[in-house]
Amino acid sequence: MHDSPDPGDRRDAVCVVGAGASGLTAVKNLLELGFQVDCYERETAVGGAWNWRHDRSPVYAGTHLISSRPLTEFPDFPMPDSWPDYPHHSQVLTYLERYSAHFGLGEHIWFGTEVVSAAPTGDGGWEVTTRSTGGGSSRTSRYAAVVVANGHNWDPRRPTIPGEFRGRLMHSSAYKDPAVLRGRKVLVIGGGNTGCDIAVEAAQQAGQVWHSTRRGYWYAPKYVLGRPADQVNGRLLRLRLPLRLRQWLYRRTVRLTTGDLTRFGLPAPDHQPYESHPIVNSQLPYYLGHGRITPVPDVTAFDDASVELADGRRIEPDLVITATGYRPRFEFLAPELLAADEHGRPDLHLHVFARQHPTLAVIGLLQPDSGVFPLAHWQSVAVARWLRLRLDDPARAAAVQQQESAKPLAAWSKRRVVKTDRHWFEVDHLDYLRSLESLLNEMEPAA
Amino acid sequence: MTGFDLLRLKDWTDPVPPAGREVASRLPEDDEGRPPVLFVPGLGHGAWAFAEHWLPHTAGRGFPAHVLGPRPGGDLRAQVHDVVQTAASLPRRAVLVGHGVGAHVVARALARYPARAAVLVAPVLDGWAAAGSALLANPGGTLPALFGGRLRVSARQLFGSGLPAERAAEYLERIAPRPRAELLRRAVPPRPVGAPPVLVVGSPDDRVVSRKALDRAAAAYSGAPLLFPGMGHDLMLEDSWAEPIDAILDWLRKQV
Repeated sequence: MHDSPDPGDRRDAVCVVGAGASGLTAVKNLLELGFQVDCYERETAVGGAWNWRHDRSPVYAGTHLISSRPLTEFPDFPMPDSWPDYPHHSQVLTYLERYSAHFGLGEHIWFGTEVVSAAPTGDGGWEVTTRSTGGGSSRTSRYAAVVVANGHNWDPRRPTIPGEFRGRLMHSSAYKDPAVLRGRKVLVIGGGNTGCDIAVEAAQQAGQVWHSTRRGYWYAPKYVLGRPADQVNGRLLRLRLPLRLRQWLYRRTVRLTTGDLTRFGLPAPDHQPYESHPIVNSQLPYYLGHGRITPVPDVTAFDDASVELADGRRIEPDLVITATGYRPRFEFLAPELLAADEHGRPDLHLHVFARQHPTLAVIGLLQPDSGVFPLAHWQSVAVARWLRLRLDDPARAAAVQQQESAKPLAAWSKRRVVKTDRHWFEVDHLDYLRSLESLLNEMEPAA
Repeated sequence: MTGFDLLRLKDWTDPVPPAGREVASRLPEDDEGRPPVLFVPGLGHGAWAFAEHWLPHTAGRGFPAHVLGPRPGGDLRAQVHDVVQTAASLPRRAVLVGHGVGAHVVARALARYPARAAVLVAPVLDGWAAAGSALLANPGGTLPALFGGRLRVSARQLFGSGLPAERAAEYLERIAPRPRAELLRRAVPPRPVGAPPVLVVGSPDDRVVSRKALDRAAAAYSGAPLLFPGMGHDLMLEDSWAEPIDAILDWLRKQV
């Protein structure tokens, strides 16, 4: 570094924000293509959301994977095949720690350091200001590129429900241990996977459980024909069946396994399968059938000790858990860098590449119908190869950029999804991987 | 070499079932941070083939050394799975060293795991050519196998003339090849992930893998084979076993 006039100038090095699953795979794949990497992590360990010690971690004691192991692991570092089909969150953390150690990523990570701001310098580079988490003096360094992997499951989206509630109200991010449910009267708001998981845990622990969902969903079981449901679904994809036929088969399968849930008072789904994030829960119908979970419609208002429902009913829970998801948040980036809309949702090519800033990329900002890790891996490979191509062959990089920008959105982004705040970054993992594959092939050096 | 391998529907829908894996290890006395070396034996050879000389020798030169015994009845896909699983279970990025058909397994594993480096020893990438050589060298033992019968290998096929006859007989007794039809094709090695350095090692006097096959294998990784004239196919069991492994470890030290 002695030949560099400015000690903060890291020249061709790349800055990675966050050392969770997405950040780790970004660091690994950038190193593999010969980049120098500085990764900044606000916590003192790797694992991000999957590290339950982290104050921003959303996992609770009973969190297990929703997608099965083969569809969740990194494609070049499998989870041990002796692990269960749906590993526990502590196993996922062990896996990420081993990934980091195996590829020697730790020495490239600055722990306990958060990124305060990242701003373009005008010549394609970035000025990144960091400081010790929670205060201390800040420090600014220059990088050739910034890869953002700060996660999107840490800033709770809290529903705005009018009125005051006298009981205890918590977001699912604060829910850690089923002990808080014991003997209570619990209302769980939210029909996502977390909401369903917590409703099931409440059914096992609480005195009474209401589960409020705005719409009917397709509740897929975790197992079909003795195999993890996503693996069975994959067989349909392997046969390249058209979407309509797959939707029909999905409806048949749900009918034959989960059965008709409207009998228990749940609304019928208002959308086709594959048009919202898949809900995978085998136990919810079980507890509905045992009367342990009472389905209720949307919550319209709080009124002291009671909760008003859309159908006019009033219930009196003493604990309300809102499992209403999270918002993406990039407080260190000016919103226009990511072309974010008024809700803070970025508009990125392939959910990865900033359209106006070729040296800014985001990893892991998507919601697939599989695990995120494999997609984050291939995103990182694409980003690393893109940055490499820009250095080695700027003319071709420009051509690739031109070609990519002409790609229709529908090729990689799911357009037919239910209109809610949280389905905007829903992708079909096969379509998405195909789009990444075509980008990777475009960037191959001409033979 | 083929492109990227993003869509792995076979592995997602029909994962290789887990199996107990036989792994023998010899660790160096002081851990100097060198990458672990994982040996993968070839057709009919068990972990013993490497445990005999190369495993302790590698550990003696400061590399943690492991050898993976083949899964009984496992096809190529299961063997590749086992190699990747074992490599990923090691604390650091591993160096993969495969022999014979084991080198074919390693070549395929390289597409699934970013190895630190890889060494293909007398690699059988072209099953037809290997079957042809075997027919020439040992028609009586090979012909029945092509019609579903037992494959018998002879000392002449596997060992050079330097190995004492009684030792050769002893080794032969432990070698029980059960070739699968899927090996009978000319495999194009898939592109390795993570661009590891790959070395091809062999002997021009090998009666299983011809000099031409060695050249072709090395060319697939844009290199030339490192040759040890006078040795047979089973370089790690020959009397002069130390020469190739020392050369491999010297090469490795330069790479890592």
